[in-house]
Order: sequence, then structure tokens, then C-alpha cells
Amino acid sequence: MEQGKKQFRKERIDRGIYARSMDIFAISSWQEIAYLLLPRIVPVILLLAMPLILELSGNTYWAKVMVVLAILGIMSMSWDLLRIAGMFSLGQALFFGLGSYISAAFNHYFHWPIFLTIPAGTLGGALLGTVLLTGTLKLRGIYFAMVTLAFPLLLVRAIQATNFLGGTEGVATDAFPNYWVAAYVSIGALLICFFGFRRLMNSDWGLVARAIGQDDIAVTASGINVFWRKIQVLFIASGAAAFAGTLITHLLMYAGLSSFSLDYSILPVASVVIGGSGNFAGALLGSTILTFATEALRALGPLRIALYAILMVVFALTIREGIFPYIERRYHQFERKVELT
Amino acid sequence: MSTSPVLKVEGITKNFGGVRAVDAVSFDIYAGDFLGVIGPNGAGKTTLLNLITGFLKPDAGKIFYQGKNITGWKPHKICELGVARTLQMVRPFYHLPAYKNIIIPLCSPRALKLSGSKYGERDDIALDYLEEVGFERDTAVPYKPAGILPHGYVKRLELARALAMQPELLVLDELFSGMSMSEVASTMFVIEKLREKGITIIMVEHRVKELVRVANRLLLLNFGQKIVEGPPMDVVSSPEAIKAYLGTSEEVEQ
Repeated sequence: MEQGKKQFRKERIDRGIYARSMDIFAISSWQEIAYLLLPRIVPVILLLAMPLILELSGNTYWAKVMVVLAILGIMSMSWDLLRIAGMFSLGQALFFGLGSYISAAFNHYFHWPIFLTIPAGTLGGALLGTVLLTGTLKLRGIYFAMVTLAFPLLLVRAIQATNFLGGTEGVATDAFPNYWVAAYVSIGALLICFFGFRRLMNSDWGLVARAIGQDDIAVTASGINVFWRKIQVLFIASGAAAFAGTLITHLLMYAGLSSFSLDYSILPVASVVIGGSGNFAGALLGSTILTFATEALRALGPLRIALYAILMVVFALTIREGIFPYIERRYHQFERKVELT
Repeated sequence: MSTSPVLKVEGITKNFGGVRAVDAVSFDIYAGDFLGVIGPNGAGKTTLLNLITGFLKPDAGKIFYQGKNITGWKPHKICELGVARTLQMVRPFYHLPAYKNIIIPLCSPRALKLSGSKYGERDDIALDYLEEVGFERDTAVPYKPAGILPHGYVKRLELARALAMQPELLVLDELFSGMSMSEVASTMFVIEKLREKGITIIMVEHRVKELVRVANRLLLLNFGQKIVEGPPMDVVSSPEAIKAYLGTSEEVEQ
């Protein structure tokens, strides 16, 4: 080595941290604690603080957008949960609409208070959604997608034709008591879904669900009742989506045919395409991006949709894994210079 | 040895459209038996296994397992009774580490009932099963994603997956296909040990030479029909077997 000239090499910083994070040594340095915890804590704090900041600073419009963000985030995660277990749904609006209409009906016709209609809509939507799709669980891939696509369309036309539940006019409902309830119920639910789903998918139950998504015949050969497992996943996912539906009903004070609209089926798919699939953080990131893009570009009108289409194509061609896995990989590849001695 | 058969197959038939894949096949297996099923391609061997394990429903005939009529039962129900199978097409869960593949059968009702394993203990149990089929325990091999393992390991992974269900009747579908000679030899050793433990085995195999060594009975299928059944050497040297594989001598002369 030359005298007097320092030499450096590059070193990945995550490997040592990963090894130490398995043990008590994880708390040996605040830098490493920050490296591990900041990307996990900052989004949570942001989610919790944004409604507070926006509402108190008078941005009531954007404060409401935060609620919509949480609702679409829950929808996207429930879609991702289904996809992980091998059920590629194009009809997430079915669960959304069921939750929306059931809570609205209990509120409008039976005058149940909100804190009862939301659980009722969630449970009812989960049960009805699961029962409706039970017959289609034998289908795989594109066939399952086609059938799920048809269900919301069918219900829309049925309500329209029979004038059941208000027909085209919809059902009027009570609003949330105030903004804070709406914001923190939805964001709290979002966080519960996020961490709950992640924990669930990391358990052995989740391992089996993932395996069903890869190859259900091999899981059948492993002595597991694939049909029953799929029903369990479907029940959880449809419950989450129905819950999102009940939230939008009470946010808009109305349940109408729009909650069965194709937008709510496509948005979760687009979110996961943009954000990345498999760990729910991608779904959350994707739906956040789409929500903000929708609001920011509202002035563009129909051109907005064209922009989405271009975005989808760009993502499908370039960052196929989605933004989140890409960022995650980059984050773990941070290097630092180490002096050679 | 008990006198009533472990598995009794009575006149089982399966049609695919106009093709009769399995045609009125009957046989009995007793505890500790090793039944080899041979036959040319398309003879209906895999279909027969699919019928026994519930992956297909027979059009006619009955299947009894330990005296219980299991005809038309769902695969997971038959598994719960103690019938485990390997698949002919290797189907590991490609992104999961090899040992995680074994966690899935360990979560089956039968494995949970017999071992009572809890979350966290299953990794070790899975590694035990992998070691049993010849994965080197203290190396990186069991931790590699199943998708990048060599074919021989994937085949043995499939065997370990079936063993994790602690079967009493093990159904092996062309386990040796695509394995190297040394892998076949070491897997044969594993299978012989299983037999010593008292596990009853049905094995479909094209490597007749190896099968003759381990099996105590052979069943020859052709065009879905049972041609001969009996001690291995008798079946292999029977004129029917030669006819099934090579055709008759008149045909050769023409």
C-alpha cells in the first residue's frame, strides 16, 4: 500500500445491521436503530399526523382526501391479500358495494347508529361476498377474474331494474359525528389492516395461503383443504373491503350505485401494479400515489384517465416489480466508504 | 400381518371423454406391502393413483381404505386417514426455501394431530424430514429457494413433503424419473428404510430394474386394464408383459 494515501472500499451497511438486529445488539447504536425503524415509523406518524395538520390549518378538502386515502388503502390491501392466495379479483367493488349498501340500509331503514351499522356492514359484506364467490373458488386465474368482474355489474343492474334499496337514487345515511371520528377510524383501521395482514402472512397460516397462490395442487397433495383455506382468506379480504365500503357511505352520507362501479375494482389493481405486490406496503404506497394524483389532477378532467393509462404502461414496462420493492431494494443497498487499514 | 387389506380397489373405472383411462382395475394391498405399478406410457398408472388419492373421482368401482369406503372422498380427507402421495410433475413452492416447503404439510390436520407441533417448532421438524431424504442438514441446501435446487433434490423434497404427513400408505408417482443413478441409489435406501418402518407403499415407476429389487408385488397395466399381477420376476418375465412393452412376435415378423 502506498504511504500517506488513504484507500477506501465500499461496504454494504445493511448486512451487519441485519445480523445484529436478530439480537440485543440491535440497540447498540442509534444510527442502526434509525436505519431500521425510521422507514417503518415515519409513514405511520405521517398518516396519524396529516389529518390533524390539514384540518387545523383549514385545509378541510385535503383533510377529507386523507380519509379517502385510508379507504382506498384498505381496498388495495384487501385486493393484494386475495391475489397472494391466488385469487386475482377484478370485482373488489362487490365487497365494497355490499358493505356500503348494508350499512346504509341498517342506518336508513332501521335507524341503527353508525357504531352499529359499520360492524354490521363489515360482517354482512364479508359473509355475503364470501357466499356469493364460494361457487367460483374452483376457478383459477383469468376465469376467476372474469366471474368476479361480472358480480358487481350484475348487482348494479339488479338494483336499477328492481328499484330495490332506492334504485338509482341510492340510500341517504347519517354522517360521521365529526371529522375526527371519520379520520381516525379509517386511518386506525388502515394501520390495523396493514400490520395485521403482514403478521398474518408471516405466520404458518399465511405461508399456506401464499403456497395456494403459487400452486394449489401441491397444497392439496400436502393434505390441506384448499377450498376451506381460500374461503378463510376470502372472508378476511371481503370483510376489509366491505369495511372500506361502510366508511365511504358514512363519509358521503349516501350509498349509491357508484359504490359498485368499476373504479373501485380497478383502483386496487392499479395501486398494486404501481406500488408492488406481496407485502401490503406496496399496495398502500400505490393507493396513496393514486389518491393524491387523482386529487391534484382533478383540473385535467378526462385527460387524467389517459395519464393513468400511460402511467400503468410505463410501470409495467420499466419498474415491473412496483415502486415499493424497488425502493426497498435500493434502501438495503446503501453503501458506505470504509478506510482500508 | 392382518388378513384384511389396507387398500382394496374394486373394479375402478375412469373415462376421459371417449377414452377409458382406467378400466375395471381391482387389487388388494396388505400392510407392509410394496406394490410396483408398471406399464407403457398412457397405460393409466398416474390416473390410477389419482383415483386412489382422491384427485379424480372414479366413474365406477369402489375403493376401501382400512375397511372404510373412501370412493369419491376429497384428497385432504384421504390424506387425513394416512394416505400421502408425491406428484409426478414436481411442484415445489419455488420462492420458498426448501425447508419452508415442508411446513405446509406440517400444517395439515393429520400432521398437527399426530405431532401437535406449534409455530416455531416446525422449522426444526421440517429440517428433520429433509435430512431423512438426504438433504445435508448443516449446509445451505435446505435453506435455498426450492426453485434453484437441482432436479434430484426437488424430487426428494417431494418425498419429504409426503413423509411430513406421517403416512401409513405412501403413494409414489415416478419418483425416480430424472434422477441420476447415484440419487436413485440413495433414494432407494430411504425407501427401503421406510418399508422397514412398516409403511405400505404403492409406486409407479418406469425404472423396472430398480422396482423389481424393492417391490414384493408388481401390477402391470396396459390401456387402463390390469394385465398381470404377482411377484415381480414372474410379472416381468410373463409373456403378457413382453407383449405390452414390445408387441407380439407376429407383429414383429410382419
